[in-house]
Amino acid sequence: MTPARSSVTSAKGNKRPSSSARFDSALGWAPRFGTNMVLRVVLCILVFCIFALPFMAIISGAFDRNSSPTEISLFPKTFTMANFEAAQEQGLWGYLLNSLVIAGGGLLLQMTVSVFAAYSLSRKKFRGQALVMLLVLMTMMLPEEVIGIPLSLILGDLPLLGISLRGTVLAVILPVGIWGFSIFIMSEFMKEIPAEIEEAARLDGVGEFRMLFTIILPLCKPALGVIGIFGFMMVWDQYLLPLIAANDPSDYTLTVALSVLRNDTTVGPGVLLAGAVMAMVPSLLVYLFLQRSMIRGITSGATKG
Amino acid sequence: MTVTPTKPTAAPSKKSSTEVPPVRRKRGNHKQALAIWLFLAPAAVLGLYFKFIPMFEGFRLSLFKVQPFLGDVFVGLDNYISVITDQRFMDALGHTVVLGLTQTLGALVVGFVLALLLEGQARSLWVLRTAIFLPVVTALAVVGEIWRILYFPTADGPLNTILGWVGLEPLQFLNSTDTALWSIAVVGIWSGAPYNMVIILAGLTGIDRTLYESAGVDGATIWQRLRYITLPALRPSIVIVLTLAAIRSLRSFTEVYVLTGGGPAGSTEVWMTRMYSLGFQRNDIGVASAAAVLLLVVTLLLTVGTQVLARRKAER
Repeated sequence: MTPARSSVTSAKGNKRPSSSARFDSALGWAPRFGTNMVLRVVLCILVFCIFALPFMAIISGAFDRNSSPTEISLFPKTFTMANFEAAQEQGLWGYLLNSLVIAGGGLLLQMTVSVFAAYSLSRKKFRGQALVMLLVLMTMMLPEEVIGIPLSLILGDLPLLGISLRGTVLAVILPVGIWGFSIFIMSEFMKEIPAEIEEAARLDGVGEFRMLFTIILPLCKPALGVIGIFGFMMVWDQYLLPLIAANDPSDYTLTVALSVLRNDTTVGPGVLLAGAVMAMVPSLLVYLFLQRSMIRGITSGATKG
Repeated sequence: MTVTPTKPTAAPSKKSSTEVPPVRRKRGNHKQALAIWLFLAPAAVLGLYFKFIPMFEGFRLSLFKVQPFLGDVFVGLDNYISVITDQRFMDALGHTVVLGLTQTLGALVVGFVLALLLEGQARSLWVLRTAIFLPVVTALAVVGEIWRILYFPTADGPLNTILGWVGLEPLQFLNSTDTALWSIAVVGIWSGAPYNMVIILAGLTGIDRTLYESAGVDGATIWQRLRYITLPALRPSIVIVLTLAAIRSLRSFTEVYVLTGGGPAGSTEVWMTRMYSLGFQRNDIGVASAAAVLLLVVTLLLTVGTQVLARRKAER
């Protein structure tokens, strides 16, 4: 099941004569040119059209002059930046800034919290550990959707502290800071680090913080990649939370602002598409950089959100 | 998912304790405990404030008639009765289940087809897989906006144009009570299938190639090979992911909210959108909280049930 094993089989497969390369995939795709190959290429093009062409249409529409969705084509007829200029008038860059601040701050907080908690949960032994882990797993059952209504009340008036976070970016950043999934992935990974490494460092008199940051964390890079990209997606995908955390529409994130823009009849679809492109670019960049971590996370049994 | 304490860290601390004087050991233990809870503190504070207090507050509110300036009145289970007897909530429940099942199964089938088609080491296939994964990494709200445009209901809307090429009548998509729910399901499948593809691809690479070869020697057809080798090998990796996805779909909100907002004529209203409009637009916080508690209880029971079943199966 390990990637190493499968690459060995495939390496063997490549060396084998083409007749038995049919056994390299479940459907037995032939590596040589023929009807089989043509069929596969045709199907691949079809699949590409279904999944990727909508994005091309959106990007093209964002750079095109259009007043109705019916005028969208795969390539801009008249290339223009007008939509993005209009987007500036609509304050879309401000929404993007909101989104970026929330994504950056939220992710940083979430990863820090997760690493700290995972360190205690995986490298230490203490009373009530199983209970704490159970509570961590329970937070995964309490996403913003399920607790949205009381959460919105609490954001308006924090218990004991009596302050309102509503209308600030903290109202989104703090709630996404705790994510059971991230803590769980991190502590499962930290458990695998051999105790000898830690012991050796401890004999040298290394303290807890240095232990975590200079000994344990450098060994956790793969897990950090996984919680990094999943965390980013989780924060970027937030919809209900920024909606209920806002005092007025200017506090919205870009993704939430899109629907406001759509309902504004004075704004054409071009501006809406420009906004959609702006909301797509950051997640696209993160995905392209951390693609390996994404795949690793999914195949290790991680479930979305 | 229970936690086994890490034994190795416990052993050396005991060993060293024989060497240091008892007083220092005690202080060391205190220091250890302090460190443990300090590392846990951020998670504890955030979890308390933004997960558990809201959860208990939700339970409490669900038992009250909530009136902002007049004071809350305890009404017992009245709010729950209102939810269960509310026809719109029951309709929403039906839509939620239909939508959840269609999306989950559809995404599985499409994901499986994609994985079979795109299995392989070639670089071109890798590029294609990367491109096809885009819907998964795009925020759901953006996906919704994209599809609202594709679904534009006039005859010359993007998708209707394509339907015209193959000689089909233009559809109303999100604007008609007959097609709206299915249109949302298609969006869910489109953005979920590539995710399943990755899971299934990982399962496919784990299958022993010699099984295929011996099946070939025995003269098995491709279909028999799929049926008797590929599918059984994939089952364990798929089943649990699928069940969890189905449970999660009970609380799907964003795509419905963005695509139709529950309309037209309530034909796509799901549990979450009904709850949202009740709680935030009509300020009926008590009833909305009761609906939230019901949702939480059902998802909790289903998830724990799945985990228990999965573990029992694994033990066997």
